[in-house]
Amino acid sequence: MPKPIISFPHLGNYSIPITFFLEKTTNAEVMIAPPITKKTIELGSKYSPDFVCLPFKYNLGNFIESLETGANILVQAGGGCRYGCYGEVQKQILKDLGYNFEFLSLMDNGKVSIFSIYKALKKLNKNLFFLKYFYYLLLTMLMLFFMDKIENFIRLNIGFETIKNSFKTKEKEMLNQFKQTKGFLSLIYNYLKYKSQFKHIKINKPKDCLKIGIIGELYTSMEQFSSYFIEENLAKFNIQVKRFTNLTYLLVKKKLVKKKLLREVKKYVTYDLGADGLDNVARAKYLIKKKYDGIIHIKPFGCTPEIGAIPIINKVCKDYKMPIIYFSFDAQNSDEGIKTRLEALVDMLERKRK
Amino acid sequence: MNEITIGIPRALLYYKYHVLWENFFQELGINLIISPKTNKEIIEKGSSYVVDEACLSLKIFMGHVAYLQDKCDYLFIPRFACLKEKEKLCTNFLALYDLVHNSFPHLKLLNFNVDKEKKEEQIDGLLEIATSLGFSYLHALRAIEKAKDKEEEYYQKKENNLKNKLLNQDLKIMVVAHPYNLYDEFIGKPIINYLEKENIKVITSDIKQKKINTKGISDTLYWTYNKELISFINTYKDQVDGIILISTFPCGPDSLANELIIRKVKNIPISYIVVDNNSSDTGLITRLESFIDIIKLKGGKLNA
Repeated sequence: MPKPIISFPHLGNYSIPITFFLEKTTNAEVMIAPPITKKTIELGSKYSPDFVCLPFKYNLGNFIESLETGANILVQAGGGCRYGCYGEVQKQILKDLGYNFEFLSLMDNGKVSIFSIYKALKKLNKNLFFLKYFYYLLLTMLMLFFMDKIENFIRLNIGFETIKNSFKTKEKEMLNQFKQTKGFLSLIYNYLKYKSQFKHIKINKPKDCLKIGIIGELYTSMEQFSSYFIEENLAKFNIQVKRFTNLTYLLVKKKLVKKKLLREVKKYVTYDLGADGLDNVARAKYLIKKKYDGIIHIKPFGCTPEIGAIPIINKVCKDYKMPIIYFSFDAQNSDEGIKTRLEALVDMLERKRK
Repeated sequence: MNEITIGIPRALLYYKYHVLWENFFQELGINLIISPKTNKEIIEKGSSYVVDEACLSLKIFMGHVAYLQDKCDYLFIPRFACLKEKEKLCTNFLALYDLVHNSFPHLKLLNFNVDKEKKEEQIDGLLEIATSLGFSYLHALRAIEKAKDKEEEYYQKKENNLKNKLLNQDLKIMVVAHPYNLYDEFIGKPIINYLEKENIKVITSDIKQKKINTKGISDTLYWTYNKELISFINTYKDQVDGIILISTFPCGPDSLANELIIRKVKNIPISYIVVDNNSSDTGLITRLESFIDIIKLKGGKLNA
């Protein structure tokens, strides 16, 4: 039997904590999928069903590239709308392509839970004690939580850095330190250390800078490649950006705030809209309340829950005269087209201010 | 009280539950208005209320709502979230009520929510509607019972019909699609009509099944309606000569479920027809013709 090498699809910087977690719990070698390129999405699109949503195609592209570079165990999670059915179809497509691998779904009975993940990992490492698993799960969750906190801070300020790339370099440094986490103490120490270092990065931020909120589907929010690096592009215009979706939100917060969100937007929404639909209506309302200048709604082509939510979000924004722009990313957007639309949006928002 | 009119859009879940719904309201003595069969105008109207990339079936639904908007006192917009534990429905069914509510703010909607996870079933929803309209609880309960009997009868008839067709020696093609696609004038109807004209026995997937068996095709799929379709294929695929899958562009659940069907159902010709706003009849007929030829060729029934 060949040496087990585990791989999983990309999701922004989260490959770092996921790798950390899998290495510690399975004792196997974990390979981060080759970085996403145009080739990845071409491969993914070629073998995917025609009108499946875009993240499926990215994930499949990641899997193919991982298998080609030596991985033989693929891990897929699931949940939400169509995501829960990705695994079974991707497994079948890859088998039909002739690849030899083991497919590990973290889902059980249609849900990802603490126990379903444990059950899945047990298959790779028979000697995994629940307590050990649980310890590393908590540690990884804390790492995710810290990463998200720092990222939120970066988004607010990166548009105003005086020395180019100072935030990005610092973030890389921090993530490298996170990789070497030994336990809770070292993680918390590193977080506090970098938190203060981030606060000391020189910025030139006017009090009345333009503020834009990004709402929309989760994959395009978190995997910057799939949104054509929309956040980086916005930063170039000296804009403060707020984004809601991150793993902390999806894994922990989402369940807790649902009832509250329904109350906040009850004028528009009576029922849960599925996936993040309701969340995004409430976010639009929140951004209006916080007097943001504009909203960018992003989603991959064909995302059903967002398609259902957009007319409602549009109504909210219309009622409050909030500028909003919609991006629907597919495999063949042009970078220039997206930049032009962003430029036009920023121009418009600036003019509106004057 | 008896003078109110309720409008039901002839789209989406109407096709699955129309016998129950229509009989229920008729038993109560309420005037019903059902929108006409889908036509070009309805599609165009409907498309203007949702994003361009919404699925054709949803656009059609919105078009039917638009048609009914000034013709009734209340609109019956079902909101279906969950029908079986641990199973789901397409998110469009979850968002439907709020979608209509925001796109047509002036309309009065009947609140009909079905969510098994919250223990709200169709009966509860219908009872609530009836009592909110001023009918007595008992009256409503009786109406539901009668409507349920009618529905049972309807589906029994369907099943008998299907069994008769299966006994027939003619060419048999199974047409698998959600009922709202199967019978829509713009989506499935032209296909069924063409097949029938060619003297082919059409086995449609809209019967009630007591047991859902998706073995061999999928273990993890959780969409109730797609599971029903897969189970239908599993039960009857050995008794037909070919399968036609119909879907609308870009249907979320179908995009994955049909991929699994195509990859896993072997030894029987399958044609997958996806309909969108711009589909043309000629293209469709060419495809159907060649599909029928393939089946005949395979069974040695083609006279070259």
